[in-house]
Amino acid sequence: MTIESMAQFEELRSQAGARHEGSEGEILVCCGTGCLANGSREVAESLSKELRDRNINGRIIKTTGCHGFCERGPLVAFVPAGVLYTKVKPATVPEVVEKTIEKGEIIQRLLYKNPANGEKIEQYSEIPFYKNQKRIAMRNIGEIDPTDILDAVARGAYEGLAKALFEMSPEEVLEQVEISGLRGRGGAGFNTGRKWRSCRDAEGDRRFVICNGDEGDPGAFKDRSIMEGDPHSVIEGMILGAYAVGAHEGYIYVRDEYPLAITNLQTAIEQAHAFGMLGENIFGSGFDFEIRISRGGGAFVCGESSALMQSIAGKVGEPRAKYIHSTDKGLFDLPTVLNNVETWATVGAIISNGGEWFAAMGTEKSKGTKAFSLVGKVKNTGLIELEMGTTLRHIIFDIGGGVLKDRPFKAVQTGGPSGGCLPESMLDEPVDYEGLTAAGSMMGSGGMIVMDDRTCMVDVARYFLNFLVEESCGKCTPCREGLKQLLHLFDDLVEGRGTEETIENIERTCAAMKLGSLCELGKSAPNPVLSTLRYFRSEYEAHVRDKACPAGICRELTAYRILPESCDGCHACTRVCPVGCISGDRKELHVIDHEACISCGACFDVCPQQAIVTFPKIELALKEVQ
Amino acid sequence: MEHHAVDLSQTDEILSKYPAEEASLIQVLQDVQRSYRFLPADALVRVADTLQVPLAKVFSVSTFYKAFALEPQGETIIKICMGTACHIRGAGQLVEELQRKLGVGPDETTDDMKFTVKTVNCVGACAMAPVMIVGDSYHGAAKPARIEKYLGLGEAENDN
Ligand SMILES: Cc1cc2nc3c(=O)[nH]c(=O)nc-3n(C[C@H](O)[C@H](O)[C@H](O)COP(=O)(O)O)c2cc1C
Ligand code: SF4
Ligand code: SF4
Ligand code: FES
Repeated sequence: MTIESMAQFEELRSQAGARHEGSEGEILVCCGTGCLANGSREVAESLSKELRDRNINGRIIKTTGCHGFCERGPLVAFVPAGVLYTKVKPATVPEVVEKTIEKGEIIQRLLYKNPANGEKIEQYSEIPFYKNQKRIAMRNIGEIDPTDILDAVARGAYEGLAKALFEMSPEEVLEQVEISGLRGRGGAGFNTGRKWRSCRDAEGDRRFVICNGDEGDPGAFKDRSIMEGDPHSVIEGMILGAYAVGAHEGYIYVRDEYPLAITNLQTAIEQAHAFGMLGENIFGSGFDFEIRISRGGGAFVCGESSALMQSIAGKVGEPRAKYIHSTDKGLFDLPTVLNNVETWATVGAIISNGGEWFAAMGTEKSKGTKAFSLVGKVKNTGLIELEMGTTLRHIIFDIGGGVLKDRPFKAVQTGGPSGGCLPESMLDEPVDYEGLTAAGSMMGSGGMIVMDDRTCMVDVARYFLNFLVEESCGKCTPCREGLKQLLHLFDDLVEGRGTEETIENIERTCAAMKLGSLCELGKSAPNPVLSTLRYFRSEYEAHVRDKACPAGICRELTAYRILPESCDGCHACTRVCPVGCISGDRKELHVIDHEACISCGACFDVCPQQAIVTFPKIELALKEVQ
Repeated sequence: MEHHAVDLSQTDEILSKYPAEEASLIQVLQDVQRSYRFLPADALVRVADTLQVPLAKVFSVSTFYKAFALEPQGETIIKICMGTACHIRGAGQLVEELQRKLGVGPDETTDDMKFTVKTVNCVGACAMAPVMIVGDSYHGAAKPARIEKYLGLGEAENDN
């Protein structure tokens, strides 16, 4: 059907909603990348087969995008009952069909167990991981089948678009975004309305809108989940943005590592064409807009705005100086709006509900909600969306369930390679753009990596330098050479050659890079180093002064031994040691041969008695001298 | 660099699907890479001629982006995620174990051309860190002791 009026759109929506009328409910199987890796496709297939074999009709099996609770996948949810099963295996499916679907019984074993009190939780919405969230950008993820546009429409997709095209002028759309106070979700937090207005006011008749789906920050995967799980939210946002600024061409730049996102976006674009939401004369309004997908080539720097535009133009992704604004001269030197995936995904909801609605949430300067990926040494890893201003403690301990194996919390890393590591003393800080920057970190792409006492902060800083040495585009000297020098200096630290001067040289190099680098990659590269120096200086000093790694991670400085009083001779360590340097008979004390040990820590991680401990390697040398 | 003779009809077919302009370069190279599993030198020359882009530019793009390889790759690509979440959950041990098992490190290919090992920076499955991808199969919470299984089966399995 062609849609040329609000009434026709409403009609489409009610038809979409009525498709499953009379059904006895839906079974949602999460098929995000995480759950797929755990075999959720097989779970969905055996569910269909089992229902067919038993002649059960009236149930709809829906494969959805990521529910966020990746750690517990494959996830299966029952609607309208609201029950969630975790870690469902294909082999369990017959039991699920027989007990839960045929008899309405709940299988206790498959319910989520609250690690805080050991209680089983039946209802999806009561699980602390979900209960504390507020989802706007991710409003439909996990609820809809991302490959079925009508399913999205039934849940409100394109409602904002219909409202805009039938009832609002481009100026009014822009005003609502300005009122909302929305800021970019890709890192720097630039005001979205202001960016759009600059582009709209720029000279020229051809302009572009671009979606940044490069998501290069390691540890962040919110954009992947949005593109995979609700591609329509991104497309709707882009059409609205294009309408507001007067663009007729759009690009979505997607990382090469995200094949499923590309497939689902392509399907969504085709379907949107078929229903007249893309192409010529959208909804009969006279407005035309097309979206093309551009696959990235696997370069972190291409997430940077000017490098990304070079890359779409088929060139090497080298950034240019900041004083040229891409809203004036962007893609092909024409006025361009570039926004992050999550930013675009939020726009449709803002137009539907009004800018004031969005601005009522969050903190004074950071409005609305923000998606985070909570990963690392935390119990509940996954994807969450929360109101801005939530404290780190609430995120890590209430939603994340605390540190894995109840080990002591050491730091949380935010903002990827441009961000920093925040210590325990910062946990009560509200999370917003200004707060994180003042603390020496960054919002970045919303990756939050929790670290425990078995994480060495010198090693973490070195890790990011190593990452950036590979990823620096090499165009400017401070970044290209500065990173290499910093990495050398850190190699000295982790291998026991560091002196006081090493730390001074590190600080001086960082200062030079901040001043002299061309783009934000180089300017912000010192952040992981400076934030760890600021909060964990004593750890650096231990590497220098005592030639010791307090976390027991830096291999050149660390040795392992077995506590005789704790070892029960279970053999677990001998099985995992890659060099076979642990000896001992079953039920007898085991010992590590220090000469052969490569300090990999594999045995430490598996010992059920916690009988394996680290100590500074230098003590071995001292003993020999005596 | 060794010279590898290839059939260029695949390259021509790919080129015919895109407008002959510089903006098509990366998309074309991606298809060429997919089709030959690397970028053969002769194909690069053909791409440069057809798109009217200097060969030096084609070469610079081919070396800038990690998705491209100038040498033939193994039948199966093994990717180990070295993103932050995977790093702190022991991704390094996976690389070492692969080195021991296959005798090759990152960006190297086994002599029998079966496997190429690559390290990547985050594949967006961080919640299941550390992650190892064999061909198209993702393995979450990957353990060094299970590497043979991942390589042999090459299919997703539940690790929990
Ligand atoms: C080195 C570097 C990498 C970046 N990577 C990304 C990225 O992967 N995704 C993203 O949305 N923004 C990234 N950015 C920020 C972009 O340059 C740009 O500010 C952003 O896409 C604008 O969208 P927003 O205003 O909606 O956040 C990166 C910036 C730098 C300097
Ligand atoms: S794993 Fe621990 S308890 Fe078991 S033999 Fe090794 S050191 Fe002893
Ligand atoms: S650290 Fe590694 S090499 Fe050393 S004893 Fe433990 S498992 Fe063996
Ligand atoms: S850090 Fe390995 S998947 Fe993200």
